[in-house]
Amino acid sequence: MIQLATSFQQLILATAEEGSNAAEGHGTVPGITDGFLVEWAWLIVVVPLVAAFLIAFFGKKLPLQGWELAFGSIAFVGVYGTVLFFLNATEGIVYEGTINVADIGSFAIEWGWMVDGLSIMMYFLVGVVGMLVFMYAKGYMHGDIRYTWFFASFSLFAGGMLVLVSAPNLIQLIVGWELVGVSSYLLIGHYWEDFDNVDAANKAFMVNKVSDAALFIGAIIMAVSVGSFSFDAVLDVVVHGESGPLSQYAFWAGLAIFIGAMGKSAQFPLHVWLPDAMAGPTPVSALMHAATMVTAGVYLLGRLFPFYLDVSGLFAGDVRTIIIIVGGLTLFLTGLIAIVQDDIKKVLAYSTVSQLGYMIAAMGAGAYTAGLFHLFTHAFFKALLFLGAGSLIHAVHSNNMSDMGGLRKKMPITFWTFIIGTLALVGIFPFAGFFSKDEILASVKYAGGDGQGVANFILVLGLIGAFVTAFYMARAVALTFFGEYKGTAHPHESPKSMAYPLIGLAFFAITAGWVNIPGVYTGFTDWLATRVPLSGMGDHHAESFDWPVLIISTLLVVTALVVGWRVYGKDADTQMARDRIRIPVLWPLLENKYYIDDLYMSGIVRPIMGPFARAILWIDMHVVDGIVNGVGLGALGVAKGVQSFDSNVVDGLYNATGAGTGAAGTILRKSFTGRVQQYAAFSFVGVIVIVVLFIIF
Amino acid sequence: MTIVQFLIVGTALFSLGLYGVITRKNAVLVLVSVELMLAAVNINMVTFDVYLGDTLHQGQIFSLFIIALAAAEVGIGIAIILMIYRNRQSADVDELNLMKG
Repeated sequence: MIQLATSFQQLILATAEEGSNAAEGHGTVPGITDGFLVEWAWLIVVVPLVAAFLIAFFGKKLPLQGWELAFGSIAFVGVYGTVLFFLNATEGIVYEGTINVADIGSFAIEWGWMVDGLSIMMYFLVGVVGMLVFMYAKGYMHGDIRYTWFFASFSLFAGGMLVLVSAPNLIQLIVGWELVGVSSYLLIGHYWEDFDNVDAANKAFMVNKVSDAALFIGAIIMAVSVGSFSFDAVLDVVVHGESGPLSQYAFWAGLAIFIGAMGKSAQFPLHVWLPDAMAGPTPVSALMHAATMVTAGVYLLGRLFPFYLDVSGLFAGDVRTIIIIVGGLTLFLTGLIAIVQDDIKKVLAYSTVSQLGYMIAAMGAGAYTAGLFHLFTHAFFKALLFLGAGSLIHAVHSNNMSDMGGLRKKMPITFWTFIIGTLALVGIFPFAGFFSKDEILASVKYAGGDGQGVANFILVLGLIGAFVTAFYMARAVALTFFGEYKGTAHPHESPKSMAYPLIGLAFFAITAGWVNIPGVYTGFTDWLATRVPLSGMGDHHAESFDWPVLIISTLLVVTALVVGWRVYGKDADTQMARDRIRIPVLWPLLENKYYIDDLYMSGIVRPIMGPFARAILWIDMHVVDGIVNGVGLGALGVAKGVQSFDSNVVDGLYNATGAGTGAAGTILRKSFTGRVQQYAAFSFVGVIVIVVLFIIF
Repeated sequence: MTIVQFLIVGTALFSLGLYGVITRKNAVLVLVSVELMLAAVNINMVTFDVYLGDTLHQGQIFSLFIIALAAAEVGIGIAIILMIYRNRQSADVDELNLMKG
């Protein structure tokens, strides 16, 4: 074992030495630019995708019905991602492998794999969180009728996300983007026997499609103006501050791509699909809300960050104002909705939307590191909270908190890990969320002082958002774990395969924030900075604690926890009675989710569905049927033509040959008289003719 | 003695033979006429052998072969005619038209 570890270390060192003369960068100088570890990193993407197809075709024949393949592939990603993560932390990695797939005109379509700080962080998140979630799903999905199919789609989901984050160009990013979209559709609609779940899956797919259309437009504008789909080409133009076609259309390209990111990262007002996506099994919610799918939008903004940061003032700097406003509104408005939800998964779903708002706001404030740091920590504690909620649902057979209460004693592991996740989410020192959320608030304040006026307003929203977050989490904990049990089932602690992932994620929920403590250790900043030279780009993230903001936000959070406990902690006869406070105008507004769903339904969906469906029916009946019938009749006509050709021309040829031979025979038989002497005379005449001919010629 | 006189005899003999082969009705006489043609060819062979002064006398040797073959031919021919006559009570070649098309 020791020998193995030593040889592995030598391997890494050897790999590191190969690329020691590396490109320049900020902070950690990228030490590794080649070597087999990065050259074979494409396996991270390919293994889960291959596993997905293998499970779909052969999963049912395997002893664990395909789970072992799914877990094996994601564990591979987790281990590979962890190795790369630590290697990046110690040496720094920048590598980009590409394979040319096709050339269309001057555009090269390439498939590639990026191995740099940003991608490695995503590999690590998807792999490690995915590994724990897959382990959990084994217990949670036990006995499901589509168990194998679930793991096939789940692997495809993880694989799609990895295609997305490994993409070195916009085309591959869109491929991964759509893979994630389609597999999330399959997973949200996993229990398709219930029509509501099908509706939720359709809603998620279609809302995402709206934003995808914008993403395509943005990608096309960007690619046409730069002449290449690759991020390198775009960022090269941006970093050098070249004015040209890209700077001319930068605002519209930036806006369109941001709208694409808004859909996947569920930003107001395109957030409506995410709470409904809770219709899927809980492990799906956990992975979707933590490491995959919703992080895609933030990731994309991070990938194109210099384009949005816009140091030269030629590019999409103006879009950042829109980004920070959208992020601020999202974090505030959706956080409020979480207060009135009864379904524990919906509380967490709105919480996710709200936290994504923080990330997007940080991106809008120009704080690259802060936004991605919150993405990193949030992935762990939100996965933990979802898996904890899944454990509760598994025990009480209901999503509603009005069927829970008093579960503290019955499910101690779930309780303590849920408490850790809650403290991490609300941002109590020293849990993970404290550092990342504080960094965002400090960065937003810094942006406000740096000339981005709207950021001051967003800072206020962010502080209120911190209060709201703590308040709804206090409510959720009080209603589920304290008081008397109000449900009908007999709850018990979940099996070990579900408990261990909770403990594993709880570990990360405590420690994940320690990688970027201003003034103590800021490794995370350097890990992500290896590719984009951020010092030159002026990353606006806060370099140190902003003590006023820190103290105010902590005070707000503690106050909110106390208030939440005072309001919801008291036991009552029924759970509904515990949750009875109502503020007249606000509560109906929140319970109806600001009427946005109704607006979409009556404003967009119904007008389209009615006339549009009729138009489609008309087209189907007249145009499509006409084409189908036309094709049929055409085929019939061709067949008739072929038949007549066959019976007339082809048969005719054969018959004519036969008849000709017969007629020739009838004529020639007359010369066969059977008289020997006549034959002799003929041959004599023939000889004479030949001789005469010889003499003449 | 010129070569022409011998050739005239040969030609005359060949023409008589040919005439007989084509016109005679009796199969035996057709066979005899064939013998006449062969004899005409022999005369030609010997004539040209002498005329050309061939030291190996190929013409004369060849005519001996022809005589020998003719003897064998007549033997088989007569046998066939005899069998036909036995079967059909006739040796008329005009009636031997089984091969008529």
